[in-house]
Formats: sequence, structure tokens, C-alpha cells
Amino acid sequence: MQPETAAQHDPTLAHHFESHRQQHEASLVGMWAFLAQEVMFFGGMFLAYTVYRHLHPEAFVVGSLTLDPVYGTINTAVLIVSSLTMALAVRSAQLGRGKQAALWIGGTALAAGIFLVIKGVEYSHKYHDGLIPNFAWHPSETSAPSLEIFYSFYFVLTGTHALHMIVGVALMAVVAIRALRGRYGPSNYIGVEVLGLYWHFVDLVWIFLFPLFYLLGRHLG
Amino acid sequence: MQQDLSFFPEAASRGAHQVDALTWWLVGMGTFFATLVALLVIVLSIYFRRSKGKMPVPIEGSIPLEVMWTVIPLIVVLFTYTWGAKVFVDVRTQRTEGMRFFVTGKQWMWKLQHPTGHREINRLHVPKGQTILLELTSEDVIHDFFVPAFRVKTDVVPGMYTTLWFEPTKVGNYHLFCAEYCGTKHSAMIGTVTVMEPADYQVWLSGQPAGLRPVEAGALLFENLRCDTCHAAGAGQRGPALEGRFGGAAQLEGGRTVDFDAEYVRSSILEPNAEVAEGFDRLMPSYRGQVTEEQISHLIAYIASLAPANEGETVDADDSPGTGATEGSER
Amino acid sequence: MTTVDQPAPARVREDNYLTAGYGWKSWFLTVDHKRIGILYLLSLTGFFFVGGLFAVLLRLELLTPEGDLFQSETYNKLFTMHGIFMIFFFLVPSIPTTLGNFFLPLQLGARDLAFPKLNLLSWYIFLAGGAFTIYAMLSGGVDTGWTFYTPYSSTYANSHVIAAALGIFVTGFSSILTGVNFIATIHKMRAPGLTWFRLPLFVWSLYATSLIMVLGTPVLATSILLVFIERAFGIGIFDPARGGDPILFQHLFWFYSHPAVYIMILPGMGVVSEVVSCFSRKRIFGYRIVAISSLAIALLGFLVWGHHMFVSGQSIYAGMAFSLLSMLIALPSAVKVFAWSATLYKGSVSFETPMLYALGFIGLFTIGGLTGIFVATLGFDVHVHDTYFIIAHFHFIMVGGMVMAFLGGLHFYWPKMFGRRYPEGIAKVCSVVVFVGFNLTFLPQFLLGYLGMPRRYHAYPEEFQVLNVLSTAGASILGVGFLIPMLYLLWSLKFGAKSYGNAWNAKGMEWELAATPPIAHNFTEVPTWTDEAHDYSKLTPTTEETPSHAT
Repeated sequence: MQPETAAQHDPTLAHHFESHRQQHEASLVGMWAFLAQEVMFFGGMFLAYTVYRHLHPEAFVVGSLTLDPVYGTINTAVLIVSSLTMALAVRSAQLGRGKQAALWIGGTALAAGIFLVIKGVEYSHKYHDGLIPNFAWHPSETSAPSLEIFYSFYFVLTGTHALHMIVGVALMAVVAIRALRGRYGPSNYIGVEVLGLYWHFVDLVWIFLFPLFYLLGRHLG
Repeated sequence: MQQDLSFFPEAASRGAHQVDALTWWLVGMGTFFATLVALLVIVLSIYFRRSKGKMPVPIEGSIPLEVMWTVIPLIVVLFTYTWGAKVFVDVRTQRTEGMRFFVTGKQWMWKLQHPTGHREINRLHVPKGQTILLELTSEDVIHDFFVPAFRVKTDVVPGMYTTLWFEPTKVGNYHLFCAEYCGTKHSAMIGTVTVMEPADYQVWLSGQPAGLRPVEAGALLFENLRCDTCHAAGAGQRGPALEGRFGGAAQLEGGRTVDFDAEYVRSSILEPNAEVAEGFDRLMPSYRGQVTEEQISHLIAYIASLAPANEGETVDADDSPGTGATEGSER
Repeated sequence: MTTVDQPAPARVREDNYLTAGYGWKSWFLTVDHKRIGILYLLSLTGFFFVGGLFAVLLRLELLTPEGDLFQSETYNKLFTMHGIFMIFFFLVPSIPTTLGNFFLPLQLGARDLAFPKLNLLSWYIFLAGGAFTIYAMLSGGVDTGWTFYTPYSSTYANSHVIAAALGIFVTGFSSILTGVNFIATIHKMRAPGLTWFRLPLFVWSLYATSLIMVLGTPVLATSILLVFIERAFGIGIFDPARGGDPILFQHLFWFYSHPAVYIMILPGMGVVSEVVSCFSRKRIFGYRIVAISSLAIALLGFLVWGHHMFVSGQSIYAGMAFSLLSMLIALPSAVKVFAWSATLYKGSVSFETPMLYALGFIGLFTIGGLTGIFVATLGFDVHVHDTYFIIAHFHFIMVGGMVMAFLGGLHFYWPKMFGRRYPEGIAKVCSVVVFVGFNLTFLPQFLLGYLGMPRRYHAYPEEFQVLNVLSTAGASILGVGFLIPMLYLLWSLKFGAKSYGNAWNAKGMEWELAATPPIAHNFTEVPTWTDEAHDYSKLTPTTEETPSHAT
């Protein structure tokens, strides 16, 4: 199905759009709508978290105390830096500096990698401490009967978040290659921009997860 | 059990007539609007059917009409809402005075206990004209206690208590259904509620083997589980005293207060450290798995009976004359 | 504009989206929204008849009070799979993914949806979800009911809950992506001159539907994911024995699944607006208010989920709030019903098959909506909750509403989609058969419910038998009424009379500016549009010859 329209000559403009401007705006609206569904998805999770925190306040304090805030803090810093590098990547793409944009995206992916490695180290500690519900569950002191619920939420939420990061890194690989090939320019950098929106959202989720799991119980305990 | 074919269910409780009156209003209202729309559609479409030389007349809309068919339905639904809410509040607000029955749902049977300690499965005998209070819970999944002839229904949820009341007005046998899907034999989880004249009920009771009354069973359990070692006032007291507490408020550590009610007692038995009374250490172990739902209900009945005289009335009121120990001695 | 069924110019015959490519690749790798719409139509029809087969088996079992045809376990699996297939694999995607996919860009004057590849991906995700669910079905079925209530689903059920949950979770993404695609398309792909209040009402209804898809479906994903995790990894999230809260699941589940009802009915309302307008030769009465009422329904729909839990141990006050909010949904719905009726006034009404379906829709939807007020009434709901009254109520909305609208829309757009006419006579008869069969199936169920017959009962007390027999008799008529259209529509693809122009002399870009069948990229040049929506005021007696359906 070869389009017969005049727009065909520009490879960066999809056949069904009239102009780069339309393509840009449609992609932005689409991404924001997608992020709205992400908010609702995590919103449901956070609602469940809130309900169980109310039902078992004790377990959530004890659980929080068994998490290491040092890892959490380092990871928060890493992610904030990655948001900065992502913003710089968008700027480079907008200026048509493909190689530079690819570099910044690479930096962001590196930060994501560091985050995931630290998260992995944390998970393995939890394995050794017997704090993985059902899979390896033998907490040293049974100080709270519903600690399992706290850890269920910890793994479900941080796991889902990590999954979003892995997806993000995969997308970065695609966008970085396109940037290297010079696909982006002042009128056409929507790919990087949309990736940036997604990445900032993933960061933002962590900004909520960090205090909810690591800090709140510590503060209240 | 067998009822004739009918298109309207028997009404055998005081609340049933209330619900039926509401139903007739709804049916009348619904019929009116459905007929109105049907007539509009049929008459207009036929009258203005396509014919040669007749052209449609463009009409943009009409604000007065739009307002009319928004405001009139609004008034109708607000009226309906108010009436429905009134019936609902009456049906759902648990009465305080009456005969207390305890109901446990279990895949796939109903276990019912009379205030006298008599037990039944999938059958419930109740006297006519008395307020029957049910307290219900489930041992496994969610069930639903539904007696169509009384127009009452409540979910029976594991881990919490729900309540229900009705006042039967007609002697007879009525269906008891489980109305929340609960697994393979859901449709076999049905039973019969038998409404009897009060005198017949007494006769029926006296012919049944009686168990301990819930309060007595609770007292025995309280002793056997050694609850008294910590919860008795005196030198060795490590837990809060329970006398006269039920129905009041419980002060928790951290400054929170909760109602000292059946839910609180239940959760304190199963998960003692979740809500710890102010001024006491976390010493109590969980009794999860060691007591059944029925036993918990007995403990609650016992703890409630420890209330001061004015609080204890409702518990005493459950004792219909000629029940309990006297029957045992007669046989 | 175009006169009806003019002889085909040779060029048109060669050059349309159906002839733009041949071979399986040109279909399975297509990014053309029209072809994807047809792929959806095929897969949905499959799921519809599987779900329908289950319904027939259910009704057969209920012919007698004893559970004699199936074992109770089998029966439970049948109604579960009927619910899952019909809701998640037919009703939710029905009109949006088929007629919506096909006609949204055509109505907007766009060459495609904003994200054509995403659109194809949605279809593959949909199929993947279907594959999981079919696997669950073939490997023994699932018996939790389509509502997956905990702790039964999470702890007690011994059937293939994980596979089925995964199927619904995956399918949800297809829904979300379709919603995202539609929102971006409606916002940014409208032809020059096509302002918001010039949009056809079908587009408005799809917009409202997309909002619910995007904002509601992820919460379903949350609740299903938690059940999945609880089952797969043995975590006690909803198990009260381990500190969980089974009622929380109901809140999360209905936060999606109630708005989902509006996903299932809004597009139908959109189709009915198109059809009623076209066959009355009039703009919909109070166009703007009808457009806005779609959005009102979508927004209010998010505030009423608690009416599924009036007897679940929810507080009395919560019940009162949810009841009041549920009542308010009656208002935008009433606005639509009265607007459709008023559109007929001083119109030029003709009774082709789509119109018969649309008029049937108005009647049945009215009954469904009114009984919605019944069940939103607190004191009444306590008695009929979880009985056949509820079954009858929501089938009036979903079958009497959505399926009727779907069939009406399919007949309406069939000549446009394939350039062939369906046989009008038999189609008219079928629409009457569907209407009669439907009423005979579901009217008795209102009575059954009020008499107290609980839903999901495999065996029932004898006094309910007469009404059940009536219902089963109706279902068999309904089944025939659904089967025949499939046959004659298929037949018409090869043997139907050719249709090249504007089959109904209808208004709108898809009828007036696009070829029949549309070309691969819809429009040769970007159309501009300055007409109001559904503007039939410019009709003249010469263009208003009654379309002839001979041959």
C-alpha cells in the first residue's frame, strides 16, 4: 500500500500526517493519554497500599525499618540525574545534534542500569534475610504478623516500576540509534520528546515509592 | 416448601411490605416512561414516515423541551432516591432488641445457632412476630444470606461481621438462598427458614438437643484457652481487664481510640498486635487457627456479657424463658 | 451530493482498500485502519459465537430445575466463560474496534488513525489475550464468574484462574492503546474546518468511550494483576485469613467494570444517533446537548461503582452516596432517549434495517435504563441484588442496547465497507426476530429475579420453571436471529447488489467525500469541511428520491 500523497518524500513524516506539527502534537497527546492510564494503574496500586497501611499500620512500620534507606537514597539521586540527562538529550535532538543526543540517552540508560543493579542488590539482601513472601519467607523476628503484606506490596510496586524502567531502556536503544542516524531535528524530535516524557514519569513514580516504603514508616516508627 | 406458580413473591416479614410498596412505585414509574417513549417512537415514526413530496423540517432543538426532560426525570429520581434510601436505612440499620442468632457460611452450607445454643444446618426455625437479629460471618469465601420472602439480603464476608434483621409475620416455610457465587455447589447452598407460632417454637426447641448457650460456651473457652491468666484483674494482670468494656471505647497505644465491639474483639484475638491497648506490652500471641469463627462468636458473647448491668440487658434479653439448662434437666 | 447507487466508474472499482493489496501479508501486516477494523470484525464475530454457544448451553441446562445436563462445576465454567468472552472479547471492543476503527478517520477526514502501527499492535495484543483465555478454556476452564471475586478466585478456586486473569490483563492493554489512539486522532487529526461541534455524534461517543478506556482499564489491570500475583506467588493480598481485605478487590474491580458498562453502551448510542438522523432525514434534536451528555455519562460513570456493593457490608452512608450518583446517570441517558424520539418529529422517516435496529435499541435501552433506576434504588436493590433481575437489567443494556446497535451499525455501514448491499427483506425480518426473541428471553427474568431466583444457579426450586422455560424458548429464537445475519452478510459479500455511492443518501464526510468502498488512504486530497454535523437541511426533493433497493 504505497501512499500516493505528496508527503511521501520526507521519511521522518509518517504518511498519514499533514505536517510535522500535526505529527508532533498528535504524538504528544497520545503520550499524555498513555501517561494518564499509567497514573491510574499506579493509582490503583497506591490505593491498595493506603488501605493496607491503614489496616496493618504496625506491619508497615516494621517493614519500613527493614529496608535500607541508603540504597533508596542513592537510587533516588541516580534517577534524578537520569532525568537531567534525558532533558539534555531532548535539547540536543531539538538542535539536531544527533550524536550528542545519543550520548545523553546513553548516559540516561547507564543511570537506569545503575539503579537496576542497586535494586538487584537490595532484592538479593531480601532473599538472604528471608523477606521474599512465599518464595523465601523466614523473617528472623516475627514482629509483625502482616509483614508479608508489606513485602508483597514492596515487591509488586518496585517490581512493576523496575519493569517500566527496563521497557524504558529498550526504547532508549531504539531512539539512540535513530538519533545517530540523524533522524531528529528542530521540527522533528518528537521521538526523543515522547521518550523523555515517559522517563520523567517513571522517575516520578519512584519519587512516590521511595518515601512510601523507605521513609514514612521510619519516621512514624 | 412448594409454592404455587406465582409472579409475585410471598411477603412474610414486616419489612417486606415496605419493599413491595417501593416496588409498585418503581413499576408504575417505569411503565409510564417506557410507554411514553414507546408511544413517542411509534407514533412519530409512523406519522412522519417518508412519502413523496413531503420534506423533513429542520429543527435545531428546543431549550424549554430540553429543560423539561431533564428536570422532570431529576425530580422523579430524587423522589425515588429518597424513598429507596428511607427503606434501606430501615432495613440495614441493625435493631438492638431481639433474639440473637449467629450464622456461619461455609462452602456449601449454612450453620445457624440459636440464642439458646441450639444448632441447625441449612434450616432455621424462628418464632413469628419476634425481631430476629443475625450476626453473620464466613469461614471461607464470600456468601450471601438471602430470604426472598423477607426481602432481606446481606453478604457474608470472611474476616468481618455483617448483620441482618427481620420480623417474620407469617407462619410457613421459606427459601434461604446463597446469593453470592461461592463455588461448585453454590446452587446447593440453600436452606429453609421455618416460621412458627411462638408456642410451637418453644415446643420445637424443647425437642432438640441443646448445646451450651453462647455465653456459657464462651466462658468455658475463655478458661480453657487460659485467657483469664492475663485478662483477670489483680496481681498477675498483663492484659486489659474486660469487664464492662464491651460497647464502650478502647484506648490504643499511640493515642487512637476504637470502638470496643465485636470486630475489635475478633481482631484482637486473631491479630493482637495490630491494635494494642494503651499501657500494655505486646505479649498476647495470635489465636489464628486455634479458634473457629463460631468459637470466636462465643468468646465475644461472653466478653459482652461481662458488661455492667445496663449494658448486659440485651444479652440477658436473649434468654427466652424455658430454655437452656432447664431443658437439659428435664430430659 | 452523490446520488444513490450510481453506476460504478471503472476507476473506483479498481482502486479501493480491499484491492490495494493481496495475500496474507497485506492483511496481517496492514496498518490501514479499515483493514484492521475488518480483522477485528472477524475475530470479534468468532468470540461472539463462542460466547453465544455458552449462553445456549446455559439456557438448555436451565430448562429443568434439576442440574441434569451438566455437572455444577461445568455449569459454573460455562457461565464464567460466557461472561468473559462476551464482555472482554466482544462487548468492550465491539463497536469501537470495528466500526470505530473503520469510520473514525473517515469521519474526521484523516488518512488513518494517529498511530497506525499501534492500532495493528492493539489487534495482536487482543488476539494474545484471547489466546490465553482460550487456553484457559481448553485446559479445563475457569469457574470464578467473570467478576473474579476474592477470596474465591484468589485462594479457593481450583480452575485456571491464572491463565484467564492473564488473558483479561493482556486484552486490557489492547483496549487502552485503542483509547489512546482514538483520543490523539480526535484531538489532532480533524480536517480543516471540522470543529468540535461539527463532529458527528458517533465521534463524540467514541471520544467519551476512549476516555473511559484510558482511565478505567488500568485499574482493572491493577486488580487482576493483584489476583494473579496472589495466586501465582501465594501472597495473601485479598485473603482475610492472612490479613487481606477481600472487599478491596470489589472496589478496584468495579471502579473499572462499572464504567466499562458505558464503554459497552456509549458507542452504541453514537451509532443510533447516526442512524436515527439519517433515516429521519434530520439533524439530531439538540445536537450539542446530546454530544455533551456522552461526556457526562463517561464522567459520572466513574463515580458510581459502589452501587455494586450495597449489600457487601459497605457502610450505609457510602450506599446512599453511590445510590444518588447512580440516579444522576439517568439524566444524560434520558436526554438522549428523548432527543432521538424528538428527532423523528417532522422528519421523513423510512424503515430500513438499520433504522429498525435503532428504534428497537431506543425501546430496549429505555427499559434497561429504567430498571437501572430500579436497582440504583437502595431499598429495592437489597432484594434483587445478585438475582435474575440484575441479569435481565444488564442484558437489556448490553444485548438490547449494544448488540442491537452493533447489528444496526453493521447493516448501516455494510454497503460503504464492502460496496455490496445485504438482502433488505430478510434483514428486516431478522431484526424483528431478534427483537422478539430478546424480549421473550429477558422479560421473564425480571420476574424470576423479583421472585428471588439468585443468579449463577445451576439448579433451582421447581416454582421457577415456567419462567425459565419461557426464557430458554426466547433464547433459541434470539440465537436464530443472530445466526442468520451472519450468513446473509457473508453471502452478500459475493452476491449482494453492488453499491458504489452513498447508499442511504446520508450526510457526513465518510458518505459524501470518500469513495465506496474507500480507497486505501481514504481521501485523495485533504478535505475541508464546513457543514454542521448531520445537516440534512439542504435536501431538495430531487436528491430525496426514496433509495431503491431492487436487485
